[in-house]
Amino acid sequence: MRVPLSWLREYVDLPATETGRDVQAKLISAGLEVETVEHLGADLKGPLVVGQVLTIEELEGFKKPIRFCTVDVGQANGTGEPQEIVCGARNFSVGDKVVVVLPGATLPGGFSISARKTYGKTSHGMICSSGELGMGDDGTHGIIVLPPETEVGKDAIELLELVDEVLDIAVTANRGDCLSIRGVARETAIAYGLPLRDPALLDVPGPNAFGYPVRVADPVGCDRFTARTVTGLTPEARSPIWLQRRLQKVGMRPISLAVDVTNYVMMELGQPLHAYDRKLVQGAIGVRRAAEGEKIVTLDGVERKLHAEDLVITDDRGPIGIAGVMGGANTEIADHDDTGDAANATTDVVIEAAHFDAVTVARTARRHKLSSEASRRFERGVDPQAAAAAAQRTVDLLVLLAGGTAEAGVTEVIAPSAPHTITVPADHPDKVAGVIYGRETVVRRLQEIGCDVYGQDELIVTVPSWRPDLAEANDLAEEVIRLEGYENLPSTLPKPPSGRGLTHRQRLHRRVGRVLAGAGYVEAPNYPFVSEQVFDQLGLEADDPARRVVKLTNPLNDEEPALRTSLLPGLLAALRRNDGRGSHDLALFETGLVFLPREEQRVAGHLPVDRRPTDEELASLDAVLPEQPRHVAVVLAGAREQSGWWGKGRPADWADAVEAARTVAREAGAELVVRNGQYGPWHPGRCAELVVVVDGAEQVVGHAGELHPRVLKALGLPVRTSAMELDLDVLEQVGDDTPQAPGISTFPVATQDVALVVDKFVPHAEVEAALREGAGELLEGIRLFDVYENEEQLGEGRKSLAYALRFRAGDRTLTVDEASAARDAAVALAGERTGAVLRG
Amino acid sequence: MSAPNKSYDPVEVEALKPEEIERMRDEALAAFAAADSLDALQEAKVAHTGGTSPLALANREIGALPPHAKAEAGKRVGQARGAVNKALAARQAELEAERDQRVLVEEAVDVTLPYDRVPAGARHPLTTLSERIEDVFVAMGYEVAEGPQVEAEWFNFDALNIGPDHPARGEADTFFVQGPEGGTESGVVLRTHTSPVQIRSLMERELPVYVICPGRVYRTDELDATHTPVFHQVELLAVDEGLTMADLKGTLDHMVQALFGEGMKTRLRPNFFPFTEPSAEMDMVCYVCRGESVGNPDRPCRTCSSEGWIELGGCGMVNPKVLTACGVDPEKYSGFAFGFGIERMLMFRHNVEDMRDMVEGDVRFTRPFGMEI
Repeated sequence: MRVPLSWLREYVDLPATETGRDVQAKLISAGLEVETVEHLGADLKGPLVVGQVLTIEELEGFKKPIRFCTVDVGQANGTGEPQEIVCGARNFSVGDKVVVVLPGATLPGGFSISARKTYGKTSHGMICSSGELGMGDDGTHGIIVLPPETEVGKDAIELLELVDEVLDIAVTANRGDCLSIRGVARETAIAYGLPLRDPALLDVPGPNAFGYPVRVADPVGCDRFTARTVTGLTPEARSPIWLQRRLQKVGMRPISLAVDVTNYVMMELGQPLHAYDRKLVQGAIGVRRAAEGEKIVTLDGVERKLHAEDLVITDDRGPIGIAGVMGGANTEIADHDDTGDAANATTDVVIEAAHFDAVTVARTARRHKLSSEASRRFERGVDPQAAAAAAQRTVDLLVLLAGGTAEAGVTEVIAPSAPHTITVPADHPDKVAGVIYGRETVVRRLQEIGCDVYGQDELIVTVPSWRPDLAEANDLAEEVIRLEGYENLPSTLPKPPSGRGLTHRQRLHRRVGRVLAGAGYVEAPNYPFVSEQVFDQLGLEADDPARRVVKLTNPLNDEEPALRTSLLPGLLAALRRNDGRGSHDLALFETGLVFLPREEQRVAGHLPVDRRPTDEELASLDAVLPEQPRHVAVVLAGAREQSGWWGKGRPADWADAVEAARTVAREAGAELVVRNGQYGPWHPGRCAELVVVVDGAEQVVGHAGELHPRVLKALGLPVRTSAMELDLDVLEQVGDDTPQAPGISTFPVATQDVALVVDKFVPHAEVEAALREGAGELLEGIRLFDVYENEEQLGEGRKSLAYALRFRAGDRTLTVDEASAARDAAVALAGERTGAVLRG
Repeated sequence: MSAPNKSYDPVEVEALKPEEIERMRDEALAAFAAADSLDALQEAKVAHTGGTSPLALANREIGALPPHAKAEAGKRVGQARGAVNKALAARQAELEAERDQRVLVEEAVDVTLPYDRVPAGARHPLTTLSERIEDVFVAMGYEVAEGPQVEAEWFNFDALNIGPDHPARGEADTFFVQGPEGGTESGVVLRTHTSPVQIRSLMERELPVYVICPGRVYRTDELDATHTPVFHQVELLAVDEGLTMADLKGTLDHMVQALFGEGMKTRLRPNFFPFTEPSAEMDMVCYVCRGESVGNPDRPCRTCSSEGWIELGGCGMVNPKVLTACGVDPEKYSGFAFGFGIERMLMFRHNVEDMRDMVEGDVRFTRPFGMEI
């Protein structure tokens, strides 16, 4: 809401020295978010005067038509002689009154005016457009032509009210009353402790039987409808400068007198109004719900199909307006300029000032994606008591400015309603704030905002009609606290009970981040939005469950309507982005939620809010939500170890990806089984399947390894890019975060190395497991230290695995024989299980 | 043990002859003197003092002598070995000193060489800043609560007093989830704030409830320098008997002091949110200029644009309607809540100039933030 300070001062006698910034500060602390104060005409300097065009000479031979004019500016130029001015605009004639800026003046934007030669003439000033004067759009795109009665030589800065300050207020959804000068003036008056001259306090004639007939069929949707009629409007009448200027300052474009007047009154009082061309309305005006499929062409020229919940204004033919949202084209008022034909110009109007149900208007505006100045106000709450005054104000202005005649008929349809009262303990605001205000202060503050207050310890508060947002005790508490000043609240600390710290799961998330960062990975959290094509690029089978996605109805990017079921698309995109920006040695990680739809998709129901829903009701909501497990993923490309003065580096490969999985599992205290697998994006020969045992059953929790060359090509990734992804929630579930201390023997270690030759496709993990089991309890540790393939020495399809076995007993020094026996047993079991033979 | 060989004449044992012992000693001394490195000395040591050295072998012969001869031979060999060991130790010390002088100097390296063999990783500052804030409250006794990001509208809106027709619901820039068969009605959204976690906490936890709810939230803003459709919030909820706005103010003051240093404070300005009543917008004093840039053109402040205050987020007393929807008796309990965006705080706390830097995952942006901030 834009509020000109000059307009505000009409209703509140602010001290003359008070600036827009001062008022801004006061209103902000009272709770109105004044975002900016615009200083109109801040750098404007005269002389800027009214002139009358005496002669126009058309200059030929230029790219565009140019006029050389003489203009009478009275004594403003000091000589009284006609002022010679070159002008490029064409929307004026000899005799017109215009705005002239004379040499020595400065226009907005620091544009200094001096006599200058142009188009072969000397121009002593300029004839001004509204844009050049910083007035906002007047719709003409030409120079300003003033009403003929304007006095020549008069100061135009004052005439056009060019110097002003405008407060721009972001009005919150509860304060519909502040979408009007009246409402902001009321807040200003309270903030300054000054009286308010309420512009809605007008003498209004009572309703009678001979007003324009109105039938309200839906008193819930429309609890108040005032209709007044004004006849005999002069079709040529224009809005006066002051009215146009005020509309421009609040950000509206002057259109025609009747429309301008209704807009003006809406801005002044907050009551949306509509003017119907009486000649075009057929029969009584009605208010009812639309019939499903009924149609109307609204003022913006769009044909709209109505919904049975839409509230409409009708005449005998059908809808002539969508209540509280927008009028219909079929009863639009037309001014002289629109028709060019005085016979069709509007001379008689019916004025509607009604009060519509906020929810109905909100739904209709949303349904038709049609937000108007009227609907914004009705949605947020309009003062129902202001309707009659607003209608009266409109009538008065039309009579005054358009020479109309107010008909004596006054229609008022009012659904009976009682004012809203709230019972509240007098010390309730004190309890909410943590401050002792006392009853007297509480009552005074409530009265200031327009409440009637009765009672002693228990206050019975009747809220004013313009504050429908005041519905509960806390609403009243807020009024008292804000007027007493939020800045005066003390600062105290509550004493929460002792907490239990982070949960196991939360600590694990932190640890996983730290351990991966410690291993050289950089965290890269990504948006969860993915395209469905990415699953093809990742090489997923047609029936892969990861292809089942949660989709958005309104994605930001139509290409990416789905939510991720894997972290890889986002993480790989981040890898590609980094690579493209010149960082080629990359190790990235992310932990985050993935979204897996339920087997059966359903709609979440509407639960009550006036009580706690039952556990079953709550469970029904959760049952609709997708599963949202937390995953962890890493991607790698380029060098894992850099080359340097220490020697050669090492490229990142499948083993790093698998090791990342082991690292995460170790942090989780989970036993992770790594075995050869094959899955979607991974290289079929370099893919590890990651498995844990959950409740006795194996569960695949992820994969790691080098990505498939086809995937790398499809996604434009560097060669040998490797990746790992795991379900962190399952790891957390099976993990044990209380490791047990091993017994530490101080007896000497006995080391034995063995080299075993096995078939090339026998996994090391199986050989090691057999060695461990065969070696028995003397085995302290085992480590694979070499893998060797050589056809000549080992035979085709064979490999040698070299292990270092460390033996130690807890109670004695082992003899060589004991260690050797344990080793032999280990080798024997490995031979039995895997066909391993000792390398000769 | 056999009887000593009385007929055995020690003079006849070649190795124990005085001149032989002297020769062995002199050879050892010469070898040590000739050793020009610690390695060479080690070789000489083994040769002349080891278990198979001539003196060691001679020593073994002593046992075979008759008792009267043992003492003399033993003394002779012992003196020789003593002299040898002494010379060895002296030469050892000499050569070590020489090594310290020369060899260690030769072995000197350039310690300024880099060792970025595996460049350091880092956690994202949005993660670590969120954790930092969590820790402030965990230390006070609050617990960290989490919830789903794809959330039922009832939790995201209705329970928070944002009914289906509330204007704020339309202004929330919500991502809606498709319903069955691709329909538009699902009753499910991407959560627009972490407030649904507050609702879930009130439902699931025993009173009093003191929780901090960090997490990702979603709004339909296009990514640009100051907006991102996916961002992070931290919200706090306290519900207990007798909580007041003064408690809210004190908690906010404590937080900004913990995060930005002594003497920091906050300011509340009236505002409107459906889920709080009264509601306020909260600002913190600019931690850089502490307000001194206001009206002081000589000392402009980039961080607060010389406003003196930095806008943090929204807060207020939990609307009794919200308590009712969660089954909490508003006559007995009251509460306060606040929430703010982590991205914004990261921007002004660490001079991040463009929101996109926080979402693109560029390692050059993230690395400097390390493990914690």
